[in-house]
Amino acid sequence: MTETLLSFEDALAQFDPAMGLEVHVELNTNTKMFCGCPTEFGAEPNTQVCPTCLGLPGSMPVVNRTAVESAIRIGLALNCQIAEWCRFARKNYFYPDMPKNFQTSQYDEPIAFDGWTEVEVDGETFRIEIERAHMEEDTGKSTHVGTTGRIHGADYSLVDYNRAGIPLIEIVTKPITGTREQAPAVARAYVAALRDILLGLGVSDVRMEQGSLRCDVNLSLAPAGSGTLGTRTETKNVNSLRSVERAARYEISRQAALLAAGSTVTQETRHWHEDTGVTTSGREKSDAEDYRYFPEPDLVPVAPSREWVEELRAALPEPPREKRARLQAEWGYSDLEMRDVVAAGAIPQIEETIAAGTTAQAARKWWMSELARRANEQGVELAELPVTPAQVAAIQALVDAGEINDKLARQVFDGVLAGEGSPEEVVKARGLAVVSDEGALSEAVDRAIAANPDVAEKIRDGKVAAAGALIGAVMKDMRGQADAGRVRELILEKLA
Amino acid sequence: MSLLSKTAAELADLLAAGETTSVALTQAYLDRIAEVDTHLHAFLHVDAEGALAQAAASDARRAAGELLSPLDGVPIAVKDVLATSGLPTTCGSKILEGWIPPYDATVVARLKAAGLPILGKTNMDEFAMGSSTEHSAYGPTRNPWDTDRIPGGSGGGSAAAIAASEAPLAIGTDTGGSIRQPGAVTGTVGVKPTYGGISRYGLVAMANSLDQAGPVTRSVLDAALLHEVIGGHDPKDSTSIDQPLPALVAAARQGASGDLTGVRIGVISELRGEGYQPGVEQRFDEAVALLTQAGAEVVEVSCPSFTHALAAYYLIMPSEASSNLARFDAMRYGLRVLPDGVADPSAEEVMRATRDAGFGDEVKRRIILGTYALSSGYYDAYYGQAQKVRTLISRDFEAAFAKADVLVSPTAPTTAFKIGEKLDDPLAMYLNDVATIPANLAGVPGISVPAGLAPEDGLPVGFQVLAPALADDRLYRVGAALEALLEKQWGGSLLSQVPEVTA
Repeated sequence: MTETLLSFEDALAQFDPAMGLEVHVELNTNTKMFCGCPTEFGAEPNTQVCPTCLGLPGSMPVVNRTAVESAIRIGLALNCQIAEWCRFARKNYFYPDMPKNFQTSQYDEPIAFDGWTEVEVDGETFRIEIERAHMEEDTGKSTHVGTTGRIHGADYSLVDYNRAGIPLIEIVTKPITGTREQAPAVARAYVAALRDILLGLGVSDVRMEQGSLRCDVNLSLAPAGSGTLGTRTETKNVNSLRSVERAARYEISRQAALLAAGSTVTQETRHWHEDTGVTTSGREKSDAEDYRYFPEPDLVPVAPSREWVEELRAALPEPPREKRARLQAEWGYSDLEMRDVVAAGAIPQIEETIAAGTTAQAARKWWMSELARRANEQGVELAELPVTPAQVAAIQALVDAGEINDKLARQVFDGVLAGEGSPEEVVKARGLAVVSDEGALSEAVDRAIAANPDVAEKIRDGKVAAAGALIGAVMKDMRGQADAGRVRELILEKLA
Repeated sequence: MSLLSKTAAELADLLAAGETTSVALTQAYLDRIAEVDTHLHAFLHVDAEGALAQAAASDARRAAGELLSPLDGVPIAVKDVLATSGLPTTCGSKILEGWIPPYDATVVARLKAAGLPILGKTNMDEFAMGSSTEHSAYGPTRNPWDTDRIPGGSGGGSAAAIAASEAPLAIGTDTGGSIRQPGAVTGTVGVKPTYGGISRYGLVAMANSLDQAGPVTRSVLDAALLHEVIGGHDPKDSTSIDQPLPALVAAARQGASGDLTGVRIGVISELRGEGYQPGVEQRFDEAVALLTQAGAEVVEVSCPSFTHALAAYYLIMPSEASSNLARFDAMRYGLRVLPDGVADPSAEEVMRATRDAGFGDEVKRRIILGTYALSSGYYDAYYGQAQKVRTLISRDFEAAFAKADVLVSPTAPTTAFKIGEKLDDPLAMYLNDVATIPANLAGVPGISVPAGLAPEDGLPVGFQVLAPALADDRLYRVGAALEALLEKQWGGSLLSQVPEVTA
């Protein structure tokens, strides 16, 4: 069934969107939330399990202290209050990939609450209020085998409990309103900002494609300017930054079409389809599922001491936004340059390259042009290129020492990326050093002057700019292995 | 029979003196089980081979002088609600028929580490839900005092096994009285330790905030010896108390002198009167008089909230149970039933058919009660209110323990009733636990000690002693004193009067 859509512009003309974003983050602790099983991704199914995470009769949970610490650090990084005393609660519902048929989660006593963070879209800053961040365990993973790949029509289903019990933090925003046409971009920026914060904290791999960061987008529309909240849908399975934006945009258009036609929005769970770019109806939520929450009697309350919380607060890394502003000032990049650097995810590389002794401009030049191009060609992230910031710094150092020039440097990058060794080794093996033999250079300049009498004449007449053509000829003659600056000097001396 | 009528402490002495061996002892109990258990059905599973192997290992340790504990070599029976690696663990339910856990409960691991051969697993009401062991999916256990009567519940199997000398020691679990009430109606000793005093890891939970494993024995000293083996902190159970147990065996030995000078004993006025059998009250009053003679100062204490304990219990317990039992869904272990006449059934249909076939009526009743009590819109009125009552009960205990070192009451309002008598009247069945439930709600420890036989029916009566949390030693001191004074009157233990078991 194809949904009727209203264009995004028409939708915004009539309605105000409100969003609530729920992000699940898998923590990168070594062991699970309530048992000692390893959490490594990609292991053989059902090999990282024990009585507790399989929910065997009689087994009991024990809280992972590192997970609590990560939860508190996330809470602090999002400017939250940290509970002095909180409990786990059971969320009861039946599903084959839930070993106990209840999820050990938190209900009305989250570990962190009442926070905020800020995101920037097109130069405008939006403050996102954080309702809560709570701890819970992941479920197992179901695979439905059959032509549909979904539970309906499956020949059979497989369950892998390796994921069951992996620590999760669920971060829930308060309703985000007043973002108007920026709503989809704000949603994306928020998830991106959250990813940066989590990366900076080092608490999660935050790999959306592996499901270690998952986003549910709650969205509703209200008549423009009414200041009310409409009926919301909850779109699940939104697992990339781009999809967060697209899904929000799609739901705005879909809901607007319904409301504009005098119909109503059904309160329901919807599924996002990455391939087709649409959401489809999941189960209806109108009869409000009853999870029969109650405090988990097998666990004692979590009561982090204020001293511990303050210790963790003091040790927090610099927030990504502040760090960015500081680096931009230190590096002297323009707003545009910095935006490109951020978009390319090149901050860590540039930071380390500078730390290895390169100037900010040179570091940016290599990472944002030469290496960004190569990463783009190969369809990988900058960080995935087989070249280190230290190697980039070494190549620039060779340029600065006059041993190679920029053009040769590109060939050095080729060698390094091809695994031929360190920049010095590549220079040596490929014979890329610039020719510093004055005699050879002088002969090459003489040849170029002889071959281009008209150009030589112009230079003699004082048209120094024409030297470029002769420099090009010399460089060609020397197969690039010459210092262009020195070549220029020689030409001007000889034609003075 | 002489060996079988001895207490575990006496058996340990015989082993130490070289007058018997663990293998001989274990074989004697296995023979006794073979002889009488067809009539009693105290055991769901007997592990003769395993027990004898553990006994032989114990004898070898003794020969080498490397004993693991004072009870090394004394065999024991374990309630079927505790996970035993390699041995079936059914909880008295069809839904777990054939399930063999891959791990040991901490209590079981500690028994093994202390060198006690495990004879087998004892019968119980399904998932410990009941006061008569009639709700076992594998058939009821009979009371050795009168095989037409119930042995109490849910741990009727462990209590009957002790009373009939099928084992010298047993483990029970007590959520609302499942150790103490069977103790009372079978003339045995049963202890519910302080909540958190014994690890619950591997105890298949009925109600996590109430459950506690404990000793079921012939004597108070035996219970103290066993308690010291199984008790103490366990990092696998977050609710277990991280501090050492008080000196329990020492307290039992001190109490056995019969001197209670300076001990203040509070008689709980709410736990007597209406609903209590006259013979039960008579034996209770006589016991209180004996304790007074032994030097104790007896006062009357009132715990007004106790009258609401049963109601609160029947909201909290089923709420927790409904959630605990959700895991039995035919997906990973235990029973799997395919629905009749459904081609290609879905997971949900298999779950439904399995739970319908695998759970008994009492279990279903409590799942429904608990699911209802936790439902949105009812939570505050039921579960929330019940938790408030629980707080009030704890406060009543605090106030009472300000006036008395221990509190006492009859353990159960009546002696053992006839099998089938209350099966169709759940409320009458629930009332059996009226005196034992407050201790579970407050987490305080309690013991049931035999107080004699009721004159009107000649059946055992239990005397309950309750102490403040962490003061389990007081139970043993007062319990051992009462036991010593009564046995002096009886000229031996009450269990020496158990009739020979016949069909």
